[in-house]
Amino acid sequence: MSTSNTITQDDLHAYVDGYLAPNDVERVEAWLAENPEDAASIHAYQLQNSKIGQTFNQMLDEDIPNEMLEIVTAKKEKPATNSIPWLRLAASIVLLLVGGMSGWMLNEKTGSNAQRDQVAFVDQAVGAHHVFVSEVRHPVEVPASQEAHLVKWLSKRVGTQLSVPDLQDGGFQLVGGRLLADASLPAAQFMYEDSTGRRLTLYVRSSDEEVDTSFRVVKDDGATAFYWIDNKFAYAMVAPMDRSTLLPIANKVYQILSGQ
Amino acid sequence: MNDTQKLIVENIPNLRRYAKALIRDNEKADDLVQDCLVRAIGRLHLWEPGSNMRTWLFSILHNLHVNAARRQNSQPDNTALEAVHETVNVMQPDQDKGLMIRDVDRALNHLPDEHREVLLLVGLEQLSYAETAEVLDIPIGTVMSRLNRGRIRLREILDTTGTSHLRRVK
Repeated sequence: MSTSNTITQDDLHAYVDGYLAPNDVERVEAWLAENPEDAASIHAYQLQNSKIGQTFNQMLDEDIPNEMLEIVTAKKEKPATNSIPWLRLAASIVLLLVGGMSGWMLNEKTGSNAQRDQVAFVDQAVGAHHVFVSEVRHPVEVPASQEAHLVKWLSKRVGTQLSVPDLQDGGFQLVGGRLLADASLPAAQFMYEDSTGRRLTLYVRSSDEEVDTSFRVVKDDGATAFYWIDNKFAYAMVAPMDRSTLLPIANKVYQILSGQ
Repeated sequence: MNDTQKLIVENIPNLRRYAKALIRDNEKADDLVQDCLVRAIGRLHLWEPGSNMRTWLFSILHNLHVNAARRQNSQPDNTALEAVHETVNVMQPDQDKGLMIRDVDRALNHLPDEHREVLLLVGLEQLSYAETAEVLDIPIGTVMSRLNRGRIRLREILDTTGTSHLRRVK
């Protein structure tokens, strides 16, 4: 606080928030006694602070969700039990990648075009993910309560018998789905949600690509996308999670959709 | 749970409260806190033991929020309609109890993000001005000017909504 008699705006705020030394408090109070406008402001600001407190304080008493506690403690307690299945999964992904790449090399001639096509496909899938996961009222066109109709409809439009993988093990419930246009092709987007509101999307459309590719992964800011081409259909799974968290779920989806 | 983990957990209620006050959507707010925790755990090696855990966590939350807000702004105008609906709904006369609470919540929502953040960090989370500057990564002078403008604006909003409410009830 300044040594002169002038009281600054900063002093007034510091007074409201209780950051002034006792003798500065006295100086401000002397000032306020003679400056009713500033006194009214101070009063209003103090009221704001107490209203804000009254409005939001009860939130401090809520129990901390288990998911949050698990995130904080996970590193310490989980690795021992998780490491083996994790390694097995990682190994299978490496194998899949190698398989995918050898197919890739055999198809050298169309390689660069195919690559461009895949990049465009993933761009569409990730773009559609971002657009619709932030949608509060209408995240899907057809809700999960009409799952049979949803699957029948989208299968017909996309041109293959789709199935909707059950991801409850990973904590995700189906929200529903919608039809989208990917360039001139119809594409299907299924949306899932977990208990914390995190949303995952599965995107499918037909592909001209002759060669199947296995799992590939790309990271956008805030989202990870796993994608692959299987039997002339391109699939992408996008979620706002890091790759290692998403991998087990993606792996499951891959097995279900490619295994049929 | 080790000491560092305890330190993080102690801050969770405040992070959740702040996030909810900031974005007014409980699910999204918890999502934001969850992402913040994931990021904090992933970068724990960057946290200097003995330094301020609270400001560190709040700064991670702030950065995630800024990113999410940017992404939302670049998206089609789907939310505009909802915002209108919301305003219309809230304007209906309500029971007097709890009206004040909705008033502050609503009034805060009319402030730009950067003012709301400062008002909440200072007024709700009771961070010092220096800590607020650290969390938002801005000079302390900017904290003071945002605090001043935010409080002036909030006062105007609360004054006008208060009056119109009284008129409408009569």
